[in-house]
Amino acid sequence: MAFLDLTNLEKTFGANRVVKDFNLGIDKGEFVSLLGPSGCGKTTVLRMVAGFETPTSGSIRIDGQDVTDQRTNQRAIGMMFQAYALFPNMTVADNVAFGLKVKGISRAEREARVAEMLRLIGLPDLATRFPFQLSGGQQQRVALARALAPRPRVLLLDEPLSALDAKVRVSLRNEIRVIQRELGITTIFVTHDQEEAMSISDRIVVMNGGIAEQAGAPFEIYNNPRTRFVAGFVGTLNMFTATVESQQDGLLTVAGQRVLLPKGPITARDGDTVTLALRPEAIRLGRAEGREVVMPATIDEVHFLGSVIRVRARVAGTVVALDTFNRPDQPPPPVGSAAEISFAASDVILLPE
Amino acid sequence: MTDTPPRHRPKMRLPIEWLGILPFVLFALLFLILPTMKIVIGAFQTPEGSFTLQNLIDLNTDSIRRAYWTSIKLSMITALLGCAMGFAMAAAVVFGGLPKRIRSPLLTFSGVASNFAGVPLAFAFIATLGPAGLVTLWLKTEFGINLRAMGFNLLSFWGLVVTYLFFQIPLMILIIIPALDGLKREWREAAAVLGATGAQYWRMVALPILFPSLLGTFALLFANSFGAVATAFALTGPQLNIVPIKLFAQIRGDVLGNPNLGYALAFGMIVITGLANVTYIVLRTRSERWLK
Repeated sequence: MAFLDLTNLEKTFGANRVVKDFNLGIDKGEFVSLLGPSGCGKTTVLRMVAGFETPTSGSIRIDGQDVTDQRTNQRAIGMMFQAYALFPNMTVADNVAFGLKVKGISRAEREARVAEMLRLIGLPDLATRFPFQLSGGQQQRVALARALAPRPRVLLLDEPLSALDAKVRVSLRNEIRVIQRELGITTIFVTHDQEEAMSISDRIVVMNGGIAEQAGAPFEIYNNPRTRFVAGFVGTLNMFTATVESQQDGLLTVAGQRVLLPKGPITARDGDTVTLALRPEAIRLGRAEGREVVMPATIDEVHFLGSVIRVRARVAGTVVALDTFNRPDQPPPPVGSAAEISFAASDVILLPE
Repeated sequence: MTDTPPRHRPKMRLPIEWLGILPFVLFALLFLILPTMKIVIGAFQTPEGSFTLQNLIDLNTDSIRRAYWTSIKLSMITALLGCAMGFAMAAAVVFGGLPKRIRSPLLTFSGVASNFAGVPLAFAFIATLGPAGLVTLWLKTEFGINLRAMGFNLLSFWGLVVTYLFFQIPLMILIIIPALDGLKREWREAAAVLGATGAQYWRMVALPILFPSLLGTFALLFANSFGAVATAFALTGPQLNIVPIKLFAQIRGDVLGNPNLGYALAFGMIVITGLANVTYIVLRTRSERWLK
């Protein structure tokens, strides 16, 4: 049995079913991200775990204990909010001590724990500051310390990085992960940022329209998306329409080029039209060893991003995005020029219809 | 030899950005600052115009001391009750889960009621809660409740308290609702997730955050009540011994016979209101250490 078990969770607001038959088991110490677009139900799931929303049906169990009908203040949960939510009338130390104080922990014990938490987040000297005297990143670190101080069983992170600038965001997400691993605390992280989810999580649950479309390790989600939505939402994807030549052999035709899928038979029938997908990094500009499918292309756009050059090329009427590493001895192709692209059939993702 | 750059004299131009507030400045000058100066100067003058402290010394009579005390008591009680009741109603509207359609009519009513004072208000209360008022008679005939026999008299101190609350409570509602709206949902949720009960959240987070607003509203309600004269006079006539009525009688010129004593009375009111405001500012500064 998982440490945190969400079973058949449903939530409706009026006639709107926001979360539909949601099931998820999270092991102790695991870091799971709920990833999806706005309105997909990920925050509602988190709020049900926190106790801010009551499930219409289903159950929530933490460490074997059914907490579905428990009040929020009885669940022993820690939470970080998008807008920091530090109490503005309290100093950093008082904020961190809040959860301990309402529990009736002695002053000496509180002070020791606050000092320990402030050391953990790397802000031991800011105990007497007020929230308005801190930067966004510092405030969010304090919010993390405050959430962890009462030793919660589960840590909930509700898009805690989205209000921060890009640089702080990356460093803080790494810090959160390091601290989470150090404390071994079971964590749910809600985000709509796929890069964030992939970089920080043990497992990702991709949500859409209130259901969990796919759950798996970031590598699995990215490389083997099980639904068209997951494929499109996680990472950039190029799509081609293909015709099935031989269902048995996994042989397809894309714009006159034959593509033999190494995985063998496919479910579509001969003559059917199917959709193939390729990640930008799977496509090469020009011919390359091990990339047997070659197609003519016209360069539409070139975006120089530093170490990477993103090229948009028109291939058989479709615009294809591909990434190539910057090489000082090889300038990017001029816009409008004719070129070739190549890819390996083994990198093709066959999307379900 | 070094070349010094030619000096450019800044061009003189009309400060047109101040034009917008000019009507207000003129209004404040003519109807606030100049009258106040006249009061202050008049308090230290004899009717002939020479300097004296006698007017202030004359304030120290039994009748005037009692008038000040009654005024302060009346203002404190109506401010406290207005704050408490208005806060409870505002909290019910903002957090009580009432339908959203209640909020707009309540705010509109509060806007009207907070400005409903003077003779119309006094008449409304005499017609409802007066000795022969609609409500008084209805309570007596329908439920056998005799307000008079229970000691309630509209034309007394407590009658005035009830009447003043009619504009004090709505004023509190109007001012405190935006402050309550400013309490972030995340603060309540963060407190709950950290194990706090509702009462702990209010005691440790919400009320300290609201304290400056509550303090400011209390000061405003105090001043609102302290300076009110028309309602009191229309309701009780000259029989209730409060400072604004004493002052009003003096302005009419037939009771005290000494306009400069009237100025001294008004000066005393300014001093009390000033002291209340200084206390408010000191308390607010202390409680706002956490604000930018």
